[in-house]
Amino acid sequence: MGANTMSISEFMQHLANGTSLGSLYALMAIGYTMVYGILRLINFAHGDIFMIGAYLTYYGIVYTPLPWWAVFILAPVLTGIMGLILEKLAYKPLRGSPRITVLISAIGASFLLQNLGTLVFGGRPKAFPIPKMLSGTLNIGGVSIAVISIVIPIITIILLLTLTFIIQKTKTGMAMRALSKDFETASLMGININKVISITFFLGSFLAAVGGIMWGIKYPQLVPLMGVVPGLKCFIAAVIGGIGNITGAVIGGFILGLGEILIIAFLPTLTGYRDAFAFVLLIIILLVKPTGLMGERQAEKV
Amino acid sequence: MKNNNLIKSLIIIGLTIIVLIVMNMFLDSYLKRIVNLCAIYIILGLSMNLINGFTGLFTLGHAGFMAIGAYTVAILTMPVAMKEMNFYMKPMIPFLLNLKMLEIPFLPPAASEFLWFIFALLMGGLLAALCGFLIGAPVLKLTDDYLAIATLGFSEIIRIVFTNTQSITNGALGLKGIPPRNHLLWAWSFAILTIIFIYSLMSSSYGKALKAIREDEVAARSMGINLFKHKVLSFSIGSFLAGVGGGLLAVSIGTIDPALFKFSLTFNILLIVVLGGMGNIKGTVVSAIIITVAMEALRFLDEPINIGPIHTNALPGLRMVVFSLILMIVIIFKKDNMFKSTLQKARGRYAKDR
Repeated sequence: MGANTMSISEFMQHLANGTSLGSLYALMAIGYTMVYGILRLINFAHGDIFMIGAYLTYYGIVYTPLPWWAVFILAPVLTGIMGLILEKLAYKPLRGSPRITVLISAIGASFLLQNLGTLVFGGRPKAFPIPKMLSGTLNIGGVSIAVISIVIPIITIILLLTLTFIIQKTKTGMAMRALSKDFETASLMGININKVISITFFLGSFLAAVGGIMWGIKYPQLVPLMGVVPGLKCFIAAVIGGIGNITGAVIGGFILGLGEILIIAFLPTLTGYRDAFAFVLLIIILLVKPTGLMGERQAEKV
Repeated sequence: MKNNNLIKSLIIIGLTIIVLIVMNMFLDSYLKRIVNLCAIYIILGLSMNLINGFTGLFTLGHAGFMAIGAYTVAILTMPVAMKEMNFYMKPMIPFLLNLKMLEIPFLPPAASEFLWFIFALLMGGLLAALCGFLIGAPVLKLTDDYLAIATLGFSEIIRIVFTNTQSITNGALGLKGIPPRNHLLWAWSFAILTIIFIYSLMSSSYGKALKAIREDEVAARSMGINLFKHKVLSFSIGSFLAGVGGGLLAVSIGTIDPALFKFSLTFNILLIVVLGGMGNIKGTVVSAIIITVAMEALRFLDEPINIGPIHTNALPGLRMVVFSLILMIVIIFKKDNMFKSTLQKARGRYAKDR
């Protein structure tokens, strides 16, 4: 037995930790994959929307008399509206332009949000106010697990089921699926493109904000650049799962979250390289299966 | 006609050199650094424009390639004693520690120092190009979005690796005391060489093939252009130039650390390329100079303002808000004549490409 062996309870803790991180990644990856599916655009600003969701919650709890659970519902709605406005300002004027143009606009939007964040929220870290109910640890069969590590996957599953319902059973969901299959044909069939795109951005940003709130509880320190690295990782999660595919994004998110935590748990010497894991995985997946785990091979249009 | 152009270019280059020599005599070290940065950003802007503007690919990895160039040049040119002073947390691995200038016999020390510096810069560029090739070769077979995200990922990996390999790069502490070469002619001669190189590349058959790929990949392929080979070539040359630019940055500012090579560095270069115009050499040179000067000149935006009755607190972030707004306004309002050639505009074929 070497020094690296870990007890079952330690392993369970890492597993819970990885699952909750994976859930957060999954929530954010969905936003990337939905937007990419419809607009073929990497929404670089998605990570910063996540940051804004967390900050709105902070201000809601600290500066308004609202109870925390009301803020937890209100902040994602507001963030969703911001995502929708972002699309109207930064991406809609460029519809029909080459993809590279829109991509640059997305990078500009991301930078703008980061720096506006620094300007408005201040560069100093802020401590996220954690509701009492969600702090602390539970003891399950000798394994102590943070409450939030259990709450996060549960909320994620509820949100995923709701989203699946919206996409599979409602008219808007059908329109979304149609647009991501074939943009032109769908728009010829009388689908209101702008409305569907707005809803997509709203949903994606809503989920990112929920992710941001739970991230704030899990890692209670807010900085304006907090969305950058998770944003990149979640895009990678979407690519791993097969970009454009929602189930794939969820799977990719869990692979990334669990992988990141477990690799460090088993090989503590790699701790400094934690953030590199996602990028290495990205390059491997691009080499081996560029369409991702669940992606379909797209025929080249001439 | 052609002869005439050549004479004109030579006169411009000559005048630039004279102006630089005069500036070098009279400017203080702060202003000199800005003029040097202009030259470095010209190189970086052109290298990104070669990939993004001329070939129609999309790279976001410049900060990473620059880091490779900068660290290579720093490690090759720093004296052993200086390296020992820097690596007080963890000793440097002996091979790199003992890397030092080769004295070339029969040459004065100044000359061999000169040659060694050029060698170090080229090594930095070549290593960056090698990394560019290794990352580009597999990814360039896919669509362009993947290149953007893979290069961005690569540049993040480089930063993480350089922060963690303490015995090679001194980790987050960075390297201090890189022998400075802040004579203006250093960076500017490389900038001028790069301009000439890009001009001649773009008028060669390679350059025309690159433009053909940008205009229409399918048409280019059916004309017998090897898409993959040309894309890899363009990407590797671009990475090489980024490495050289990074090396020049290292010797011009004298101190480097991994935090210097964040994504915001790539963002600045992207801003230069977008403002200068995709595939526009003159535009890139002009916008590199304007952006570099503006980045410095607008530093007051981040600081407290006291103009007569107007007093504001320090507003960190305002400067970059201004620059991101500029980028977005330019891209949104100039969208029609940014990436399309006249031919494509006439055909309007991108309308259906989304």
